[in-house]
Amino acid sequence: MVNQLEIRNLHARIVDGETILNGVNLVLPKGQVHAIMGPNGAGKSTLGKIIAGDPSYEITKGDILMDGESILEMEADERARKGLFLAFQYPVEVPGVSNANFLRLALQAKKGGEVNLTEFYSKLQKALETLEWDESILTRYLNDGFSGGEKKRNEIMHMMVLEPTYAIMDETDSGLDIDALKVVAKGVNAMRGPNFGALLITHYQRLLNYIVPDMVHVMIDGRIVTSGGPELAMKLEEQGYEWVKELAVSN
Amino acid sequence: MSDNILIEDIGNEYKYGFVDEVKPVWKAEKGLNRRVVEAISYHKDEPAWMLEFRLKALEIYQSKPVPTWGADLSGLNMDEIYFYAKPTEKRDARSWDEVPEEIRRTYEKLGIPEAERKVLAGVGAQYDSEMVYHQVKEELQRLGVIFVSIEEGLKHHEDLFREYFATVIPPEDNKYAALNSAVWSGGSFVYVPKGVKVELPLQAYFRVNTAELGQFERTIIVVDEGAEVHYIEGCTAPTYTTDSFHSGVIEIVVNQGAKSRYTTIQNWSHNMYNLVTQRALVKKDAYHMWLDGNLGSKVTMKYPSSYLVEEGARSDILSIAFANTGQHQDAGGKLIFAASHTGGSIVSKSISKGSGRSSYRGLIKVYEGAKHVKVNVECDALLINEESRTDTYPYMEIEDDTATVGHEATVSRLNDEQIFYLQSRGLPEDEAAALIVRGFIEPVAKELPLEYAVELNRLIELEMEGSVG
Repeated sequence: MVNQLEIRNLHARIVDGETILNGVNLVLPKGQVHAIMGPNGAGKSTLGKIIAGDPSYEITKGDILMDGESILEMEADERARKGLFLAFQYPVEVPGVSNANFLRLALQAKKGGEVNLTEFYSKLQKALETLEWDESILTRYLNDGFSGGEKKRNEIMHMMVLEPTYAIMDETDSGLDIDALKVVAKGVNAMRGPNFGALLITHYQRLLNYIVPDMVHVMIDGRIVTSGGPELAMKLEEQGYEWVKELAVSN
Repeated sequence: MSDNILIEDIGNEYKYGFVDEVKPVWKAEKGLNRRVVEAISYHKDEPAWMLEFRLKALEIYQSKPVPTWGADLSGLNMDEIYFYAKPTEKRDARSWDEVPEEIRRTYEKLGIPEAERKVLAGVGAQYDSEMVYHQVKEELQRLGVIFVSIEEGLKHHEDLFREYFATVIPPEDNKYAALNSAVWSGGSFVYVPKGVKVELPLQAYFRVNTAELGQFERTIIVVDEGAEVHYIEGCTAPTYTTDSFHSGVIEIVVNQGAKSRYTTIQNWSHNMYNLVTQRALVKKDAYHMWLDGNLGSKVTMKYPSSYLVEEGARSDILSIAFANTGQHQDAGGKLIFAASHTGGSIVSKSISKGSGRSSYRGLIKVYEGAKHVKVNVECDALLINEESRTDTYPYMEIEDDTATVGHEATVSRLNDEQIFYLQSRGLPEDEAAALIVRGFIEPVAKELPLEYAVELNRLIELEMEGSVG
């Protein structure tokens, strides 16, 4: 079995609409953390949502394989139960549903049965501790009235409790102050290990100071135009995206 | 409270639709006339004044037109309805062993005796037209709490009965209150003496088994000064191809400083016309809560009302309605303020699924001279599918300008982004939709005792199966 998340020549568009992805190729081996950077409108967030199974997009060509198995025909929930996780750029508010209850339902769905309460709470406790958070967040309604920072931190808490094999973090750093950013990075770093792979989608190099990626990919106009080590992120930070755009055109 | 039945029947649309092999020991002829009313009174061995009252009410019923301002009642054919069916000779059994086996088994399937042992202070069980079981915990009996069938109330507590019967809802009130007054049968008579606080709820469970039957429960609840009680009613029926009819009248008097709560989890089969009049008279510094959950029936018209008649009286009405394809839930509530420094609220949450239709219909009335009334109305509608429908009819009659009145109404659709978000965490689409609906009704559902909140959530999950995609 191939232990990797593979995006193979992926073309996709909004259902009956604009084309966003124009042949994305990317391999994320399990155990690694990769960053996808790129200017606004490059298709980074769309790629994240498509991997997670957002039905508002349709795939016109290519494939997505998780550990060698195509997940294209799977609904979002089935992908999640197989070990995929998307930390949303804009986590959705669900009034009336408590954060902890929801998380327990999600964990039960993933495990395919009842989850022991003690075990569940110890997972929660551990996540809260890492994220330097108190229990009051558990009884609040899911993202309802959360600040931007709380929402992002909550996504990381969900990830820590659900323990996915592959996580995609869609601009988890945007809108966070430096202290919050450090805490979120702590959460992601706590997950790192041989059984966890992550794709960090970000505009800025800043996050990568705290979560050092194994690889950086640059996306422009719905394609990965260049890839490299962490130093590529530094170069983008210093020189901007112009040179990569030229690269995209010359390709 | 009844996990077992709920789980084994998941996947069936309505899981209480089973029919019992029970034949009534006596059944009136079909249709409504003077003979039928006399027969009901005869079978109950009533005092003459009651028969007189019934016959007068029959005339009132016949003189009033079928209301056309609400749900469509044109399919309700009174000539095809049995107005009385006596399930057994013994009324108000004190032990489940004395209830005929077939009937007892039904209540066991519904989880009633188990709930009685675990979480209730007393249970009344009505089967077709009569209360076959009624029991209240002994310590409450010693404190003077009365919880018996309405018939026993009339027989053994006639003075108390006459003091309150038809005083809160007279037969003239509306056509179906008149009908109930003519043919009432079953229901509870509850009296909680001064200062007695009944900690656990009393529950009445209504089951209609005979096809094309009309059930006309009549309940009187008197909560005396400083006393407290929570009364819960639940209802189910078999699914027949012909229609059935339920038309209850509930009269509640909450005396000075008393607190009461009336909870309904209405889950009739989808062939039931459910037209109910419920009203509470709330006195000085007293409090009454209506928690009205309408999930079942074909047509429901039901607007629990509180009349705040003395200073400091307060009342809240919490309403949940779920209308699936083929259902019209016309529900809401009325708050009538007739005294100063009174207050209350109506919170209504309705869900329409498929081609189901839910309507909020409410009245806030503040009489001139009722000073410093505070009232708030919030009605939220959630539409699941394109063809789902909701309407709002909020009536306000504010005659005193010292009143503070708030009103908020929202209509929303099941949101694709919410569904995808929940799905992306591993919940299947149907479960995600059901969870959103549960969240939507949470502000009301959290007021329910735990067992009932759990049951409500399960019912909603069943109703939400196959709802999207």
